[in-house]
Order: sequence, then C-alpha cells, then structure tokens
Amino acid sequence: MNFISVRNHQTIPLSGIPMLDYDSFLELNVFNLIREKGAHCVNYFGFRLDGLIRLVCCIANDESHSIQVSSSAVPRMALPSFSKHNLVFEKFEREIHENFGIAYTDHPWLKPVRFPFNRFDPGSRIADYPFFKVDSEELHEVGVGPIHAGIIEPGHFRFICNGEQIVHLEIQLGYQHRGVESLFLEKNKLLQRCTLAENIAGDSVVGHSLAFAHLWESLCKHQTGDHLKMARTIALELERIAIHTGDLSAMCTDVAYQLGSAVFGRLRTPVINFFQKWCGNRLAKGLIRPGKSHFPFTRDLAIGLMDFLDEYENDFEDISKELFSLPSALARFEKTGVLTTGQALAIGTVGLSARMSGVSRDIRASHPHDAYEALDHQPVLKTHGDVYARARLRKKEINQSINHIRHLIKILAAPEVYDQNPLKPAPDSFCVSLVEGWRGEICHCAITDGKGELIHYKIKDPSFHNWLGLALAVRNNEISDFPIANKSFDLSYCGHDL
Amino acid sequence: MLDNLKILIHQGRQYIPDVTRAIVPGIFRGRPVISEVDVKEKELAELCPTNAISLNPLSIDLGKCTFCGECAFAFPDKISFTTDYMLATNDRNRLIVKSGQEHPIKLDPVLVRKEIHGYFGSSLKLRQVSAGGDNSCELELNACGNVNFDMGRFGIEFVASPRHADGLVITGPITANMASPLQICYDAIPEPKIIILAGTDAISGGIFEGSPALDRSFISKYNIDLYVPGNPIHPLTFINGVLDLIKKQET
Repeated sequence: MNFISVRNHQTIPLSGIPMLDYDSFLELNVFNLIREKGAHCVNYFGFRLDGLIRLVCCIANDESHSIQVSSSAVPRMALPSFSKHNLVFEKFEREIHENFGIAYTDHPWLKPVRFPFNRFDPGSRIADYPFFKVDSEELHEVGVGPIHAGIIEPGHFRFICNGEQIVHLEIQLGYQHRGVESLFLEKNKLLQRCTLAENIAGDSVVGHSLAFAHLWESLCKHQTGDHLKMARTIALELERIAIHTGDLSAMCTDVAYQLGSAVFGRLRTPVINFFQKWCGNRLAKGLIRPGKSHFPFTRDLAIGLMDFLDEYENDFEDISKELFSLPSALARFEKTGVLTTGQALAIGTVGLSARMSGVSRDIRASHPHDAYEALDHQPVLKTHGDVYARARLRKKEINQSINHIRHLIKILAAPEVYDQNPLKPAPDSFCVSLVEGWRGEICHCAITDGKGELIHYKIKDPSFHNWLGLALAVRNNEISDFPIANKSFDLSYCGHDL
Repeated sequence: MLDNLKILIHQGRQYIPDVTRAIVPGIFRGRPVISEVDVKEKELAELCPTNAISLNPLSIDLGKCTFCGECAFAFPDKISFTTDYMLATNDRNRLIVKSGQEHPIKLDPVLVRKEIHGYFGSSLKLRQVSAGGDNSCELELNACGNVNFDMGRFGIEFVASPRHADGLVITGPITANMASPLQICYDAIPEPKIIILAGTDAISGGIFEGSPALDRSFISKYNIDLYVPGNPIHPLTFINGVLDLIKKQET
C-alpha cells in the first residue's frame, strides 16, 4: 500500500507522491482504493517526465473526505489496463493511450477520445473514427452531427436502431478541442490563465474559475478570508440556479410545453442579469480571481439579491407546480432515459447525473470548499434515474441553492482588503482541486517545476464521466426521445474536449 | 387552464419594447473610452491577457478584447468601459478604439453588399455553427430569441438546416477538428449568403489565439459581413448589429 492522502486543494511536494511499479500501482488503485466505500476516481492522467510517462491516479474517498494519490512511471509499452477490472477508468485510459501511445492489452473499448492536436498518432483523423458496427439486415444506423439542429455545440451521435428503437448509441466528441491544457503552460501570465479557466466551459464559468483559483491560492500558500469564500459560494449557487432554470426551460421546449419554456426561460434572465450587476458580465466572467476580487459582494447587492430571490421563488413555484402536474409533460419525462444505480456506479457518473440515480456524490458535502462546511450541505437525491428524476432534482436543487444563499447573506462577513502582491507558486509541487459545479465535480490538477513554473495542467470536467451515462440511458428508448434525454443530462462538449 | 392564465398574467410584459434604446442593468462593460492622460503605457499594454492593447497611439482592439476590464482597474484614469453595447461593425478596423475616441462604433454602409437589404431586410434566417465555442456565446444567441429580447419580431431567426439559411453565424475560435464540418455547412447554404462572427473567440481566436489546435483558414477565405465583439456577446449587441446590417443603407 503506497499512496499519499491529501485534502481538497492541498499542495504537497511532487516527491511526496509515492512511485510504484506498474503492477503494484494497478493493484493498489483497482483492487484496493477504488473498492472502498465512497471511493471514486476524480482524475487519472499521464505527463512526460525524464523520458518516461509518469502516471498519476487520484481516487477521492467521500467517507474519509480525502483524496488518495499514487503514481507510476512507465516507458511507452503495452500494459494491462485498469478498465478490464473497473469501467470507471475507461475514458482516462483511452486518453492516456491517445496522448502517449500506451497500448493497453485488455482494454474493452480502446478508441480515440478527442483527437487532440498533440495526439500520439498524428495520422489518426476525426473523420475516420472507428464506430461500432452491427452486421444485420434488421438494424439501421442514424448519424447525427457534428452540427446539430439548434444553437448547440458540435458532437457526433451514431445510433443503431431497430425500427424506432435505439439499440446502441455511440457518442464521438473532440470537435471542440482547443488545446486548453497546453495553453495553461504557454500563456504564463496569471490573468491569461484566469481567462483560460473561465473560457473552458461558458456555462460553468464560476465552477471552473473557482477550481483554478483554489488551486492557485493553495500553490501560492495564500489564505482567503471569509467574505471572499462566502461571495464565491453565492456565485457558484447562483450559477446553479441560472443553468438549472434554463435547462428546465429547454426541457419544456423539447416536450413542446410552450408556457414552461417561456416562463422558465424568462426566469433565467434576471439571474444572469444579477451577475451583470455584480461583475459586469451575464455569465460571471471576470468575477473570480485568485487571491482577490474586483467585485466585493456589497450590502446593496445582498439586499437586491434577497428581494430578487423572493420574486423569483413565487413565479418559480407557480410554474413548477404546473409542469409537474401536467400529464402530457410527465408522460414524456417519466421512465424516459433511465440510468440505473448499478450503471451509474459501474461507469462512475458524478454530480447531478449520479444523484438522480441515488448515488450520493457531491463535493460540497464530501470535500467541502469555500463556505460549504458552514452550510452543512446535504445532497438532494432521486432514485429513478429518468428524465423526471433529473427535472425534479433541478427543481429541488434550485430551492436548496436559494436557501444556501439566504443563509449566507444573513451571516455575510465584512469584505476584506487584498494586497496586490503577485502570488508565486511553490516549486516542485502538486495540487488537486475539486469544485462541485452545477453539473458535478470539476477537477483541476497542477504540477510545478523547480522554479515554480507549471509543467503540467490537467482539467477534468464532470461531462468526461457522464457522456457514457447518456449513451447507456437511451438504450431501448425511442429515437424521438433522444433530444429530451440529452437535454436532461445537458453535458458539456467543450468541457469534455477542452 | 385558470392556473395557466394566472401564470401568464403574473409574468407581466417581459419583452424589451425598443431594443435599440434599452439600457442594460448594472455595470456592463461595453465600448471602452481611452483618455489622453499620461500613464506607463507599456505596462498597461503588457497587462492585457489577449494582446488587445497596442501603443502609439494607445488603442484597444475589441476583436481581441475579452472585456475583463483589468486594464480599467489598473489604470482607472486612462481607460473606462461605457455601457454602450452597440459594438458590432462590418469593418475590422472600426473595432480598434483609439485614444481620445468618443464616437460610437457603426457599420460602414459602403461595405454592406447591395443585395443584403433587398433579400434579407425583412426576413433573415441564420444557421449557427459553434466551432470551439465555450457555450457562452451560444447561450446568448439562444437568449436573442427568448421572450425578453424576442429577435423573431424582426424576422431574424435561427434555423436547423443550412439549406433554409441565408447566412452563417460562427462562434468559437474555429478548431482544426471543426474546420471541415464548418466548410461543409457554409457550402450547403444557398447564395447569396452572409457570414457573421459572434464573439471575441470567433473574431480573433481570443485567449486561444496561437493554439496549434485551431485552424482559422476559413476566416481569411471569405468576406465577413459582421463582427460582433463580446465575451460572450450581449444579445443587444448582436440584435442591433444584425438590424444595422439588413436595414436600408444610406450611402
């Protein structure tokens, strides 16, 4: 047994991560750490160091509120896979294979992930993705995308159908790949990195930029005050309210419920307009900065937000009551796109996509950051794993977020003054930072060299785990139910492709 | 039924009556104004995350600017952002705001192709392609059609198929992996057609500028009919820009 146990966004020396031979590394993670109660893999990645590929595996344990980090260094060679024993490692290993050419001997689905610009095999092309095929006279294929019928990001969905029924769905992504992780190393001004973090996924600006800010502050041994922590928590919960409301609107659109679509849609507007009042940007770009804030959460803002939440809640409850008692909407929501608890656990879904299947995964409760410890956050759970569960979960989480914000405003600490001294990251260090965005756990990892410069930056959006959940959930559904199933997951393309 | 009516009445009027004169709430960062005050200009230019600030004379390129406002925080006497959201233009050079410039950003009527008003003046159908967009401009383009901004009242709508479209709206810095699908989509739109770049990422690559994962050759191949700056674009910036493009031009 050789690993180091760290807390959420705790910086440790890189040399503190035990290095194991590959067989022991596999044994430790696959047969021990991941099998413990409350364990899930938050990141598993490789980077080049001294001519070898250094593999780092981070298994979070929700019971002990810690993250178990271990590593191994291997040359480019054929290796036995983790995924043969546990599917939660499936996509991480595909990524390692795609980036470094490690040929896993027994991986069940060793396919490209995103065709990054720095892939090991530059000859592989996104247009030649090896789709799963069935040789059958009864079945037919339906290809959708990469460009979809709407204002939405690109990705390709390949269905194998029996008549109208989906037998199999394979989701091919990578179209949105912008090389964000490499840019984190190349663009070395702090403001450039902040800007990168808030442009990873424009619907999770607060989530991703908080993950970066926590990580950077920890690397620089900077302590933030209570006001900033509370303001950041309010921002994260407001982002959750905004996107959940917008998603409820979009879900109404997909089942042709016009009133719900219009009312939820217009209810989102004042939430994002509040961000504009606070920080000058409707999606909160510019709000989160490591070690400081240009936009203190003033008394006036607090009063304005309290008043707005009262108004919002009345209208929100009215339309929610209508939606959830409307037979024509419920008929489309219930038992559509089911992901069972067993499936969710087997593939390691996170966040909303886990909680709707009865899997209690919520970083706010298990690895609390900012003001969540004081809030004593209890995750909302649903058990059916269908579109209805995802809709109800959003409704309940909005109510919970409103309560969290009201509580925080009551106990709001006075704004601190931050000095403008530049922060300097510690040399030869490692840090893993987890934030519960509205989709689920966002994970950022950083490694610095002897001068404190970044030598590796690794980002994992919750969508990285959850896309496979969508592919499994639509099996045996009618293909006409795919749009509502897809919208109810609302996964990120750019967050996956980075 | 009665509950539905109650909800409808309770919503009141949500639409913005006049999108050309609406006032944005709060501290929106729109068109910047650069004063003539003496400051350490090199230090100021160095600050910008996307190299949007140039020297001699000091200017901000809104095609590169992410509107983070950091320059205005560091040099409040030199740079201030107004709430003017009328930022769209069809001339790339007009996006560069120079020191002392106070006048608003407008389209150059001479550059607007003659057929645009005739064909699209009262009906414009657009096909949107996200090519590495981070979903923020996409959210705001969707918002253009919601009950608040209601762009549909001007006959401007997003459509599902390029075959039904009169033009292309591109968001994102254009990834290499999207270069080919984008080209196929453009080719499928019948002539005459327009191209709109929505957001800083689409106009210049934004913070992703210089990334080897991009392929921006599409942009240099075609005439761009409208640049809409913003990170993300504000719905009012987009709607007003498009309205100015399709109106009867006075030349």
